[in-house]
Amino acid sequence: MAKLHIQTTINGEPAEFLCEPHETLLSALRNELGLTGTKEGCSTGDCGACSVMFEGRLVPSCLVLAAEAEGRSLTTIEGVATGDALHPVQRKFLEHAALQCGVCTPGFIVAATALLKQKNNPTEQEARYWLAGNLCRCTGYDKIIRAVLDAAAEMREASV
Amino acid sequence: MSEREFTYIGTRPVRHDGVDKVTGRANYGADFTLPGMLHGAVLRSPHAHARIVSIDTSAAESTPGVKAVVTSKDFVETTAKLMMGEGALDIHDIGDNVIARKKALYDGHAVAAVAATTEEIAREAAAKIRVTYEILEPVLSIDRAVAQDAPILHEDMVTKSRAKQPSSGPSNVAARLEFARGDLAAGFGQAEVVTEHEFRTPTVHQGYIEPHACVARYGEDERALVWTTTQGPFVVRDLCAAINSMAPSRIKVIPSEIGGGFGGKIVVYLEPLAIALSRKAQRPVKMVMGRDEVFRASGPTSATKIRVKLGAKRDGTFVAASISMWYEAGAYRGSPSGAGAMCVLAPYRIPNFLIEAFDVVVNKPKVAAYRAPGSPMAAFAIESAVDEIARQLKLDPIEVRLKNAVSEGDPAPFGPPFGPIGLKTLLETVQRHPHMKAPLGRNQGRGFGCGFWFNAGMNSSATITLGGDGSAAVMTGNPDIGGTRVAQALMVAEELGISPEQVRPSVGDTDTAGYTDVTGGSRVCYATGMAVIQAAQDVRDQLKARAAKMWNVSADAVEWKDGRAIPPAGTEKAQPLTVAEIAAKMAQTGGPIVGRASLNAPMAGPGFGAHICDLEVDPETGRSTIVRYTAFQDVGKAVHPSYVEGQMQGGVAQGVGWALNEEYIYNSQGVMENAGFLDYRMPVASDLPMIETVIVEVANPLHPYGVRGVGEVPIVPPLAAVGNAMRDATGIRFTELPLSPPRVLAAIVEQKQADAVGTV
Repeated sequence: MAKLHIQTTINGEPAEFLCEPHETLLSALRNELGLTGTKEGCSTGDCGACSVMFEGRLVPSCLVLAAEAEGRSLTTIEGVATGDALHPVQRKFLEHAALQCGVCTPGFIVAATALLKQKNNPTEQEARYWLAGNLCRCTGYDKIIRAVLDAAAEMREASV
Repeated sequence: MSEREFTYIGTRPVRHDGVDKVTGRANYGADFTLPGMLHGAVLRSPHAHARIVSIDTSAAESTPGVKAVVTSKDFVETTAKLMMGEGALDIHDIGDNVIARKKALYDGHAVAAVAATTEEIAREAAAKIRVTYEILEPVLSIDRAVAQDAPILHEDMVTKSRAKQPSSGPSNVAARLEFARGDLAAGFGQAEVVTEHEFRTPTVHQGYIEPHACVARYGEDERALVWTTTQGPFVVRDLCAAINSMAPSRIKVIPSEIGGGFGGKIVVYLEPLAIALSRKAQRPVKMVMGRDEVFRASGPTSATKIRVKLGAKRDGTFVAASISMWYEAGAYRGSPSGAGAMCVLAPYRIPNFLIEAFDVVVNKPKVAAYRAPGSPMAAFAIESAVDEIARQLKLDPIEVRLKNAVSEGDPAPFGPPFGPIGLKTLLETVQRHPHMKAPLGRNQGRGFGCGFWFNAGMNSSATITLGGDGSAAVMTGNPDIGGTRVAQALMVAEELGISPEQVRPSVGDTDTAGYTDVTGGSRVCYATGMAVIQAAQDVRDQLKARAAKMWNVSADAVEWKDGRAIPPAGTEKAQPLTVAEIAAKMAQTGGPIVGRASLNAPMAGPGFGAHICDLEVDPETGRSTIVRYTAFQDVGKAVHPSYVEGQMQGGVAQGVGWALNEEYIYNSQGVMENAGFLDYRMPVASDLPMIETVIVEVANPLHPYGVRGVGEVPIVPPLAAVGNAMRDATGIRFTELPLSPPRVLAAIVEQKQADAVGTV
């Protein structure tokens, strides 16, 4: 079958790619567009390493068809920092040492920024449940949760 | 040593590879591509135990887009052994595990591999390969493996044993190991209280989030380049050389960033297949495992059966222990049963004991190292027994441990006396900690556990190149699995007196870095760190010599203080010179400055940990929740405390997963039924509380800063700490893991029924 031609918006820029009808968005991002910051950990929607924002919604890109991106707008880890400046969540991950191997980190950062967009003052429990779809095997989550809560505090202060 | 005042060691700078990792720029195993690259796929056995009668690859080979197919026929059978650390790796078995020769020995065992223009074509073509199997009865447990009438996995395997004659006939028991001290019968004769239990732990996986992945390019020059995610690029090089019948010098391994390993990314799975496919196709080949393949066909750690009989006097003094341990090796010999036997009694002084350990093959994937290999299961058994002794004697569990804890000069159960160790200091720290006095709620219990791990030394190299601006680039051969680069930068900064930000740490490949053993054994900060410190001292000596030249004095007369060369007294007009000032004049004073060091480090200082776990059980469902957890550890010296805490917290999380939920589930035919993250249930953020850490620093005299190594110890105590907390909460001694809701609920129901019967 011929490949599909998809026109979409990724990280605020128009983008287009060819994909197989059954190809996942994760595969298209990584293999067609070279956006390898989005990681594959399981391809069954269980680990969250491939988290992206799809029309403002947090999704595992391994469970979305690439063709569904037609006419839609996406944000990947590559679009979280603005220009030279890291997003507060990214900065707090570094300050709190909230990563060890770092392979789950892009997914966590995308998911955490999605949380803070919806709720600028999450409790520890809310952050833990929101991020329960992202697996980390290195950190025990302690420093990740602290980084997210600290980023939330800083963003609240900045918006006052 | 511990009195040394540090400027940078013990501080918490941002890691140098951090920005790349929070922005998605860091390249991991599967992120690498080459022009003209093919994609590989592996055909895996659906049977746990089967003789391979024939393989017909013709349909796959004639599929359009397929460029190469390999089977075991493409690999020369070898009996070579590769020395690594203190052990020998059996190349024959590793090669047979990479691609099955005569028999498929577990569900998922690779049988053939295909390279094609797309991943999809490769997978479809692999499915067209016709394999005729003669299906054999699978051996799925230790009990079955050791039974008289058990099917034999390897006809040529006999039980190796130093103490006894090898078994006369073929056996599934590859080895029996024994440690003994004193007089066992006399010891138990003195015992006023004895506890005896048989403990079982399931097969569990390291669960690294990044699947195995590599790209290999075999060229017309008969050289191979391998980009791969590994803990040991030099091991990959040497193993591939042996399996692919190449000289190691014709292979260059370039490690990518590594997305977790925990011991599971030391041996090879895909790399030899990718090289063979690339050699046949004359194009680069990329291979990436799916998560199901990671579970089915990479190395988990052993399921175990451990019998413990422990005797004590009424005051809690241990007098005798008899311990039998069986560890599943998976399909080939080589479980961590020996390490388990060495660790099980390591924390305690016991005058009389017998420890025997068996290495047992079963039809499951060959086990790989997993964080303190063999020790967590041993600790689950012994620490549960210690808890029972304390309960029977109505003594405080920490007091009992303190009474029996080893300290400097006590012989380890495996022979040599311990040097300075921190176990007693740790236990005293635990006693004083507010967690011990915190009240417990309804259905809650508190458990305690200790743990031991050796920590490794082995070979390491480091190179430091000084920049003209006084910055320094440090390179080692250890992939950075959790913050070792920033730790190395701190060491260079400390020795040279420049800021950690002026140091650029990197990971070299097998041609650019000096030989370095694996990132494993908690050895990187210790052994490679020592090489880094020595290389920095080498740079410092050269800086002193250059300053001497600039001042026209003897190099011996120059002192180094606070990051500056100090001129000898009376040297006219000479001012102290900074690293940057000397570096700026390198070309005039003798050329570039490069420091180097290589060493074989002795085994590191042993590490001990002690954990307190509070958990709450829902008696209606059997579900338990960790409500509070504190981990204490003697780390010698914390170089970057945040990453030390991170190692401790991560070890706890893995241990809690092992204790509460994780297990391989096989059907009666030996097919794994939960090869995915949905059904193999690892802890998620909402399963855990914050994990409090208490770092204790009893300096290791073998390291200039006192470093002991950190990463492995923290996974040792949690199994027992959780089990003992469960005992406290429910009154039930669970002897088998995981403490999953169905198992706990069934035991609670049984207990209620027994109570009801008792009251009638």
